[in-house]
Amino acid sequence: MQELTSTRHNLMIDPNIHIWGWEIPVYLFLGGLVAGMMIISGYLLYKDKYKEPDSSIGLLPLFGIILLSLGMFTLFLDLEHKLYVWRMYMTFRIKSPMSWGSWILILVYPALIANLLIKPPLFLTKRFPKIMYYSSIIRGNQKIVKTISIANISLGIGLGIYTGILLSAFSARPLWNSAVLPLLFLISGLSTASALVHMISKNKHERVLFAKADNVFIGAELFIILLFIIGMLSSAQANIDAIYLILNGPYAAVFWIFVVLLGLVIPLFIQSLSVLNKISHTAVAPILVLAGGLLLRFVIVNAGQFSHWNLSSFIK
Amino acid sequence: MARFGMVIDTVKCVGCMDCVVACKTENNVPEGYNRDWIVQDVRGDYPTLNMEIRTERCNHCDEPPCVSCCPCGASHIHDLGGVVLVDHDKCSGCKACIAACPYDARFIHPDGYADKCTFCIHRVEQGLQPACVSVCPTHCMYFGDLDDPNSEVRKLLASRKNYSLMPEAGTKPQIFYLE
Repeated sequence: MQELTSTRHNLMIDPNIHIWGWEIPVYLFLGGLVAGMMIISGYLLYKDKYKEPDSSIGLLPLFGIILLSLGMFTLFLDLEHKLYVWRMYMTFRIKSPMSWGSWILILVYPALIANLLIKPPLFLTKRFPKIMYYSSIIRGNQKIVKTISIANISLGIGLGIYTGILLSAFSARPLWNSAVLPLLFLISGLSTASALVHMISKNKHERVLFAKADNVFIGAELFIILLFIIGMLSSAQANIDAIYLILNGPYAAVFWIFVVLLGLVIPLFIQSLSVLNKISHTAVAPILVLAGGLLLRFVIVNAGQFSHWNLSSFIK
Repeated sequence: MARFGMVIDTVKCVGCMDCVVACKTENNVPEGYNRDWIVQDVRGDYPTLNMEIRTERCNHCDEPPCVSCCPCGASHIHDLGGVVLVDHDKCSGCKACIAACPYDARFIHPDGYADKCTFCIHRVEQGLQPACVSVCPTHCMYFGDLDDPNSEVRKLLASRKNYSLMPEAGTKPQIFYLE
């Protein structure tokens, strides 16, 4: 038996750290979603699918800009010294994933805006007719379209992976200390973005394509979650204690019921039926996938903050 | 180059919290927060229990993850003695350093920046001891240069059995506890 009694009682630190509330999980979810949307729209551009009528390529970059700005706003809300936010852009710290992320976010905007110009939504061109002029220049040159496509795919991958590296670099929190976390967040981002396209696209081919793609991503995500659990269970005692927080500890109910069952397994089942034409395409599965993606970030961020090198002495 | 560190004799520490009060007074630590604190560590099975009392604070690690993760460059290693400090005017309050610290030694000051023990560097630069060390009534705390083989801290570490907190976290802590 070991019992630790501490006189420390710092706000947000004791009895266990809870420094990041809803803002960070929401940002990680939106960042992953936008990363997935960038990769998907990059793919649509590269394969010339954007020329098809009703292609969602017109909406994806616009949604991306709005959702990413929303995500950055939640990041801003999380800062405790808000007026000093500009300090992040006065330096580049090569060892700090957060520094990498803040600069990637700045690079993502021009790529999204260039993407938006390829097939700008009608309400924008009506209001700003000059957009059509730039749009025709870009569309007239295949090289520019391909460059924009590759920029969106590579920055999307960078953004998706970074959201996982941000957490996995904190070795003080054993639950986050996994090399598959960046991959998990990237695939989850691709899955939620596919679900969004499946839900909002007016093009039937696109809907079917992204329902199929989402099924593949959900399958991959389930496999990566399994790898994550196996990796933790076969690691140090601190990691084993940490993974039990979500396997059968305080976060287990949310993880198994809302993330795995309702967020992955059931939508996979529903989408498989709709792909096989047994049932029609509805918004049910995509909404479940999106909610599951959000809750995955909540579980990982909250349980990760709870996890500690000394956890066994706290909970025994 | 000096490498400041601390040696704490757990046999002498009685947990009087004088170090805690001295730190709060010296550094104007806001109410409800602590830069240093007392831990009672009880091990064994009743009735053969073993209790150790120790004073804890930032370990001023040699490989401080709080410094490497900081996106603003606010967390830094001071030129004198490798002391880990926070530049308040650079800190955006992102809390990455708090997540990175395995000792949970940092907190957010009510003014919005990350705060923690400074080894009283403002006193040390004047040739004084950190406030906590200077007031300890049982003289259980020793502060000095770990790089100097003739320093009291090095001699204590050479002569007494000692340990550091959570060396498995890989941060190379510079506070040592004598058993």
